[in-house]
Amino acid sequence: MNAIISPTTTMSRTDAEARVIHTESSAPKPMMTLRNVSKGYGSGATRNEVLKGINMNLRDGEFLAVVGFSGSGKTTLTQLLAGLIRPDSGEITMNEEVVTGPSPDRGLVFQNYSLLPWLTVRGNIALSVDRVFRHWSRAQRHEHVDKFIEMVGLTHAVHRRPHELSGGMRQRVSLARTLAMKPKVLLLDEPLSALDALTRSVMQDEILKIWEEERQTCLMITNDVDEAILVADRIVPLNPGPSANLGPAFTVELDRPRNKTELNHNERFKQLRNAVTNYLVAVRQKSRRDEAAQSTQVRIDRPNISPKDLSLSGRTQL
Amino acid sequence: MNFRSKALKFCNIAGLPVLEPFVRLAAGEDPKEQMAGIAKFLLLPIFTVCIFIGLWSMAARTVVTGSAQLPGPKATFDAGVELFQMHFAQKEADLAMRQKKLGSAIQAMAKARVLEQAATNASGNKKTELLVTAMAYKQEAVRAANFVPSSAPTFVDQIITSLKTVFFGFAIATLIAVPLGVLCGMSPWFNAALTPFIQVFKPVSPLAWLPLAGLIIIWAYTGSDPATNWFEKAFLISAVTVSLCSLWPTLVNTTLGVASVDKDYMNVAKVLKLSWSQQLFKIILPASLPLMFAGLRISLGVGWMVLIAADMLAQNPGLGKFVWDEFQNGSSQTFARIAFSVIIIGLIGLLLDRIMICLRNLVSFGNPSPAG
Repeated sequence: MNAIISPTTTMSRTDAEARVIHTESSAPKPMMTLRNVSKGYGSGATRNEVLKGINMNLRDGEFLAVVGFSGSGKTTLTQLLAGLIRPDSGEITMNEEVVTGPSPDRGLVFQNYSLLPWLTVRGNIALSVDRVFRHWSRAQRHEHVDKFIEMVGLTHAVHRRPHELSGGMRQRVSLARTLAMKPKVLLLDEPLSALDALTRSVMQDEILKIWEEERQTCLMITNDVDEAILVADRIVPLNPGPSANLGPAFTVELDRPRNKTELNHNERFKQLRNAVTNYLVAVRQKSRRDEAAQSTQVRIDRPNISPKDLSLSGRTQL
Repeated sequence: MNFRSKALKFCNIAGLPVLEPFVRLAAGEDPKEQMAGIAKFLLLPIFTVCIFIGLWSMAARTVVTGSAQLPGPKATFDAGVELFQMHFAQKEADLAMRQKKLGSAIQAMAKARVLEQAATNASGNKKTELLVTAMAYKQEAVRAANFVPSSAPTFVDQIITSLKTVFFGFAIATLIAVPLGVLCGMSPWFNAALTPFIQVFKPVSPLAWLPLAGLIIIWAYTGSDPATNWFEKAFLISAVTVSLCSLWPTLVNTTLGVASVDKDYMNVAKVLKLSWSQQLFKIILPASLPLMFAGLRISLGVGWMVLIAADMLAQNPGLGKFVWDEFQNGSSQTFARIAFSVIIIGLIGLLLDRIMICLRNLVSFGNPSPAG
């Protein structure tokens, strides 16, 4: 099979709900643009291309989710967007300006929170506020920090240090720290992947609620299709690496505010989830097949055997 | 936070697991469970110490040469009590002496006053004579008031001197090792440049450094007036030897601590565009403090160990010199006193180590090391 299931074919019945829109022209002005971006590590024979030929637009005010399996270069992509690493080729622009390094304009929420353990909740948030808004008065900054601590519901834990917080609370602090910088773009690098399922679900609602209040341009990397559909306006699958690139975008045309319990019974939601999942599974299978075809290893024929029933109940007959 | 969790936190940070079962008992936890803790941290050590003392007294009865005998626990303890009694007796005698001198100073001063008074009424030669005598009395009074007893330092004095020396040497070592370690950790090139020196000098024994340290100190002191010098030569030689030996653990650990700062913390710094000094003081230094303090702890331990040897050789007043002098004078008490100082040296070393563990735990949030 050389043709992977394209979203258009699987989605033919549900065309009205979710369309391939990467050709759409009436889109709002892009906030960030990636043009033919590639990134790899190592050199010579050990060179490993992680991302190859990435083209993407992040529009003003939209919530974009990038979905991909682990190991497909998701973290590399966020680091590129944040400016922590530079692309090997191609260019990343933000408001028509080439991104050359990290900046508080692109707030990054880290996968493992990366809170500074020696600072309290307030200290961690104040670190970024004091830096980004250094021209403000002390009282103004204090109030600003308070506002964001309240937004994530941690007013009772202001003086605690990260090791005294649960995983969910830590991620809230991390989120508040980034939001308090008032970034133009919010980059979320698998923000919930280290949390347990229950906390994760609570945090999804939280992120959704905050986003609906702020309507901030937002890019979230995730490996959870349900999560992506719940929060995002558009979903872009990241094809598996090496040399990963982006698949065609799916538009999520579900009304906001979205409710998880209701969504579970929503036909559009189910169809979209199937479409995205099928696409991801199909690309992965193709990529594995390609890899197997490329590999020079001798193919080992496995013997055609199957296990026999050795249970005691079978033996008592003897 | 209630009493229980506060007290438990204190036990954890202070490195005192001995207290933990008692805190839990006081908080009304299951006594059976806590007995296990008490048995482990208190009863077992007491038991092993008893066994040790038993073995020691047996050895003391066996190890006997023509002129001397290994001091047993009793003899050692008596020698210790005697040393402290000597100390207090000496201090009391010194105090009495000072008071006597002060009394005579006041008397001399009074005499001088009287003579001066008389001089105002007298005239001519008589007046000069009176004033000269008054001046002589005054000088005597000043001498008496400034009297410092010149008694030999007691055992406790020696301990205090040793502690001063080790802290001075440790402070020099820290002031050199921490900045160098930070530079090494931040720049792999700088680290590569220093590595040969670290590798070669780290294993050198204090005894090898001592003559060189002595030479440098003597060179630095040539031609200077002994009265204006801040420190004694022997004190500096000891202190510098201590620094040279205790420098390395701090240097190596600080380098490691700074070089291994979590990459995510550095990414936070980059996103915030922190300046170089902000990165250093707000991210790198706080993040590397736990490892730095682990190094300082080893350094202080090494310093204390080295100091005894350095004191012996440099003849710097201190515990090392005390041991050496006792060994040289060869009285019947010699070996008991040496045994007692061995125990005291060990106990002080233990105390210093606990202090450093406590400091380390105070700076490593959520990751206190067990008091090993």
